Amino acid sequence: MPAAAPRQCRSEAAAGRAPPLMSVRGLGIRFKTSLGVWQATRKIDFDIAPGERVGIVGESGCGKTITGLSILRLLPGNLAGLDGSILFDGTDLVSCSARAMREIRGRRIAMIFQEPMSALDPVFTVGHQIAETLRVHTGIAKEEARARTLEMLRRVGIASPERRIDDYPHQLSGGMRQRVMIAAALICGPQLLIADEPTTALDVTVQAQILELLRELSETSNTALMLITHDLGVVAETCTRMITMYAGEVIEDGPVDDALVRPLHPYTSGLLRSLPHLSPRHGRLPSIPGRVPSIVDMPNGCRFRARCAHAAPGCEAEQELLDAGAGRKVRCWRFRELDLPGALQHAATAPIAAMTGTP
Amino acid sequence: MPLAPDSRQDTIVSVRDLEVRFQTSDRRATVRAVDGVNFDVRRGETFGIIGESGSGKTTIGRALVFLLKPSAGAIRHEGIDPLVLPRKRFQSHRRDYQIIFQDPNAALNPRMTILSSVLEPLELARGGTSTERERQAREALDRVGLPQDVGERYPHQLSGGQKQRVVIARALTLKPKLIVCDEVVAALDMSIRGDVLNLFADLQRELGLTYVFITHDLAVVSHISERVAVMYLGRFVELGPTERVSEHPLHPYTRALLSAEPRPLPSSLREGSRIMLQGEIPSPIDPPSGCRFRTRCPYAQELCAEKTPDWRELEPDHWVACHFAEHRDFAPN
Ligand SMILES: Nc1ncnc2c1ncn2[C@@H]1O[C@H](COP(=O)(O)OP(=O)(O)O)[C@@H](O)[C@H]1O
Ligand SMILES: Nc1ncnc2c1ncn2[C@@H]1O[C@H](COP(=O)(O)OP(=O)(O)O)[C@@H](O)[C@H]1O
Ligand code: SF4
Ligand code: SF4
Ligand SMILES: [Mg+2]
Ligand SMILES: [Mg+2]
Repeated sequence: MPAAAPRQCRSEAAAGRAPPLMSVRGLGIRFKTSLGVWQATRKIDFDIAPGERVGIVGESGCGKTITGLSILRLLPGNLAGLDGSILFDGTDLVSCSARAMREIRGRRIAMIFQEPMSALDPVFTVGHQIAETLRVHTGIAKEEARARTLEMLRRVGIASPERRIDDYPHQLSGGMRQRVMIAAALICGPQLLIADEPTTALDVTVQAQILELLRELSETSNTALMLITHDLGVVAETCTRMITMYAGEVIEDGPVDDALVRPLHPYTSGLLRSLPHLSPRHGRLPSIPGRVPSIVDMPNGCRFRARCAHAAPGCEAEQELLDAGAGRKVRCWRFRELDLPGALQHAATAPIAAMTGTP
Repeated sequence: MPLAPDSRQDTIVSVRDLEVRFQTSDRRATVRAVDGVNFDVRRGETFGIIGESGSGKTTIGRALVFLLKPSAGAIRHEGIDPLVLPRKRFQSHRRDYQIIFQDPNAALNPRMTILSSVLEPLELARGGTSTERERQAREALDRVGLPQDVGERYPHQLSGGQKQRVVIARALTLKPKLIVCDEVVAALDMSIRGDVLNLFADLQRELGLTYVFITHDLAVVSHISERVAVMYLGRFVELGPTERVSEHPLHPYTRALLSAEPRPLPSSLREGSRIMLQGEIPSPIDPPSGCRFRTRCPYAQELCAEKTPDWRELEPDHWVACHFAEHRDFAPN
């Protein structure tokens, strides 16, 4: 595997020139419920290149979390079926044996969550938990596992790790717990880290620290990052590529900067425009009318149609994820004729200099 | 909404040396949740309060509407100390000062129809006939942009954004002068947030409301407020016109907060160095001496540990608590 240059070129990775580390094709997730079987996501296609940082964005309920969980086959018990394939470094994670999955989970693909307390065991010290993960996967001796745990805690920015290693999770602050989670996730040197809203519960100054840490670790160890978030700012600051989901489908995929400057899908554009920004009193905020269709009552054709200002005859047809060139994809047949505003138009009126924090 | 010059000094709420202390659950220690805060809210404005979690924002909000009693200091509503009013007058006075919280589910009884929930405060206030009360409640639902049939529905049949509108409608029925909005859009999805913020702006224009808008979200506060206060560990560190505070912040914490905000902008527009703060907000049980921000401040000097910085009006209408705020050439040490 070639070592990635720091600050890997945004467009190159997105253009898919590097062979993908993971290829998701036609992924669909169905759940059994008291009302029958629900199709929660469908036709999910995307690639992640080695070392690439990809943001998955979308509003709550669009399917981000279950897409992340499906990669590690951690979906809840009422799963009715998983369609399609997830090719990870030659193995199909949808069809591989439970044993093969265990080999991959935690070792080659790791996952962290919004609330680290849910993943940390309150009865064991943080050092014990990290070292055990390492021992289970590598079988190394206790002393060596402890030494490597100390080193990892230092790398994730825990001050005086010799003292912290024997702390219990409840003795740590929220930011420190998330650092411990990251240490536990990265201790085996995974090729892919899935992070589901890792900073949503943190304060903004601590969030900045954790995002910086994730970016730095991903760059120095060439770990690919799949960052799930509802916050477009977090993606802009951390990732090179952005995948936008809506109502269980991928609707746009491309380099972050391109998507922010000139979004191709009306939904992405609407989201960017609806964000208040760091400048006072800018009158009315544009908003997207209506709401996300319910999982039990999905419209045919384009799922965004009822809310789209550009809907036209033709939009009632099923929409495929179309290749838009320059490493971009979009699920809207009208993308060529639409010229949609993005964050740039939005920012044009905002005082950028003042936001950089330089006195 | 620009304020007319003569209304600028029309103070609706004044807060002086406000302190709120709590006992920890084991009663061993005292939490200094709010520790010496001074400000005035002007009639018709939106007064923003930002700060990270635990800084004391909610506590201030609850004190402003007398959901809790200050441990020290004074809060006056239009020059009156409500605590000296006889019980009955105090109850009716409180209706003019409402508070709305983040979670509409906590505010709505799941077994009551939306109309009954909106009617509840009117019935407690016992004004008018039942027909009049129902008309007022339906008017309020209409005013927040909800369809008429919503009244007969139950909370679980509504979306998060709709439920928050119901809570707003309920606060409006009593025709308050001021509403404290505590993280009222935090739980809403991005695409609905704008709608609810627009609604607040419309209601203010139509009804002449005053808001105290509490949030941890800088973009939201700068969008909606005329003035903003920045809170850290129980104290205000800066207060001024939103434009000045967000474009020419005087306090190192404000600068760090502004620079930490992730912005949905392409990399070409995000140049500039970020002030990365070390560590996290300390405990309000045992706050640092002197300036409370000194344990994380990149510019801290010896003096900062020894002396609490004064609350000073460094520019007209722009207040700050930092010994070195006039040194615009701050250099990290
Ligand atoms: N165990 C489950 N049973 C039925 N539906 C589920 C289950 N888990 C998630 N869903 C549904 O799948 C959709 C996507 O959920 P999720 O991935 O959690 O969204 P997001 O992370 O984008 O907010 C939602 O509509 C949710 O209600
Ligand atoms: N009822 C209470 N009892 C004890 N401590 C409290 C109580 N309410 C708030 N606190 C403490 O006071 C501080 C400020 O809390 P709060 O006003 O809720 O902050 P914010 O709204 O800025 O997050 C926190 O340390 C919190 O734990
Ligand atoms: S397919 Fe039609 S309705 Fe859907 S996003 Fe494109 S223009 Fe809008
Ligand atoms: S008083 Fe000192 S520690 Fe406090 S903000 Fe100013 S420079 Fe920093
Ligand atoms: Mg989720
Ligand atoms: Mg609060």
